[in-house]
Amino acid sequence: MRTFNFAAEAEKVNPLIPHTAELVVGAIAFTLLFLVLRKSVVPMFEKAYTARTEAIEGGIKKAEQAQLEAQRALTSYNEQLSSAQGEASRLRDEARVQGVAILEDLRTKAQEEAARITAAAHASIEAERQQAITSLRNEVGALAVELASKIVGEALDDQARQSRIVDRFIEDLEKSK
Amino acid sequence: MINLHFSGEGFVPPSTNDFNLPPIFENIAWLTKPVLLVFLSVIVVSVFFTLSARKAAIVPSKLQFAGEGIYSFVRNDLARDVIGHDFMRFVPYLFTLFTFVLTNNLFGIVPFLQFPAMSHVGFPYVLALFSFFIFHYVGIRKQGLGKYLKDIAFMPGVPKAVYILLTPIEVATFFLVRPLTLSLRLFANMFAGHLLLLVFIMGGDYMLHDSHTIMKIFAPFSFTFGIVLTFFEFMVQCLQAYIFTLLTALYIAGALADEH
Repeated sequence: MRTFNFAAEAEKVNPLIPHTAELVVGAIAFTLLFLVLRKSVVPMFEKAYTARTEAIEGGIKKAEQAQLEAQRALTSYNEQLSSAQGEASRLRDEARVQGVAILEDLRTKAQEEAARITAAAHASIEAERQQAITSLRNEVGALAVELASKIVGEALDDQARQSRIVDRFIEDLEKSK
Repeated sequence: MINLHFSGEGFVPPSTNDFNLPPIFENIAWLTKPVLLVFLSVIVVSVFFTLSARKAAIVPSKLQFAGEGIYSFVRNDLARDVIGHDFMRFVPYLFTLFTFVLTNNLFGIVPFLQFPAMSHVGFPYVLALFSFFIFHYVGIRKQGLGKYLKDIAFMPGVPKAVYILLTPIEVATFFLVRPLTLSLRLFANMFAGHLLLLVFIMGGDYMLHDSHTIMKIFAPFSFTFGIVLTFFEFMVQCLQAYIFTLLTALYIAGALADEH
């Protein structure tokens, strides 16, 4: 081995001079590899890239769309909610106003009714009083006539008699009642 | 015994001859280890990336993830960021360049293979030649032969007197320095790295087997340093693959740009 080395030392090869075979082999091997990689590796990786980019972009777009939709739904719900609240408060106000009106109406009606009843009562009382006055007047007249005739018909001798007459008259009065 | 070693053969340091591996079969002169390794790298890279890219799934498997990681590194960090607009045309070439160089470099520290094919200057020459032709071709296609050559020789926006100095430099840069440095940088790094590993591993081996007892004590240090250097080599191998691809991308970007 050593002797081989020593012998080789004598005919030292310049490492900067290429072997023709290596130039050829290098060119062929490199071209071969280039063709393989260009044909079946680069396009596939590019395909994966494109697909991935599309998948990601599609995902982002989808998410954006969903977000937009959610935003829109939220806005519409909020609008609906606020309009419902407005409606409710409007209804409440209306109801209050109506309630007050109804109450007022009822009160007025009750007062009118009361006034009417009172007036009717007054009227009937007045009528009865008139009737009573009329009948009383008639009766008192009749009584006075009767009493006078009795007084005139009997002799009013004594006190006792007088009072008897009056008592009897009263009794008669009570009986006639 | 000791005398024999010192006076006799002694330690023969690894030399450039260690890179001249004999043919695997004696009657096929061209089929050497680096040639075999280069073909192996083609198979390894092809199979790995074909399997990795086969499904092209949106949610990648581990294999696809690994392949895509390397691919997107070349595609985005090298091609897109350097070349910019219209970079996709060059991705297959840059991707092949990076994976081919990287795999062959890494073969230098893969057990049993342990030889960086790029330490044989023929392979870097070929790659640099490809890059050389591509960036010139791209420049000529983009700007026309006349304008392209004129812009190289007479950089626009420079005082006329400066051309005396600038023109030779620019011409040399574009037609000589770039392809040469591209290939020699890769070659020299792989060559030196492999030589360095050989020194420490063979040195340790020599100390362990052939030398004086005291020397045996130092053998582990030599091996340890060899291992440390292996990690270092790993870094250099990745870096060189990156630099080769990056510079090619830069040259292409320069040829595509309107002004140099």
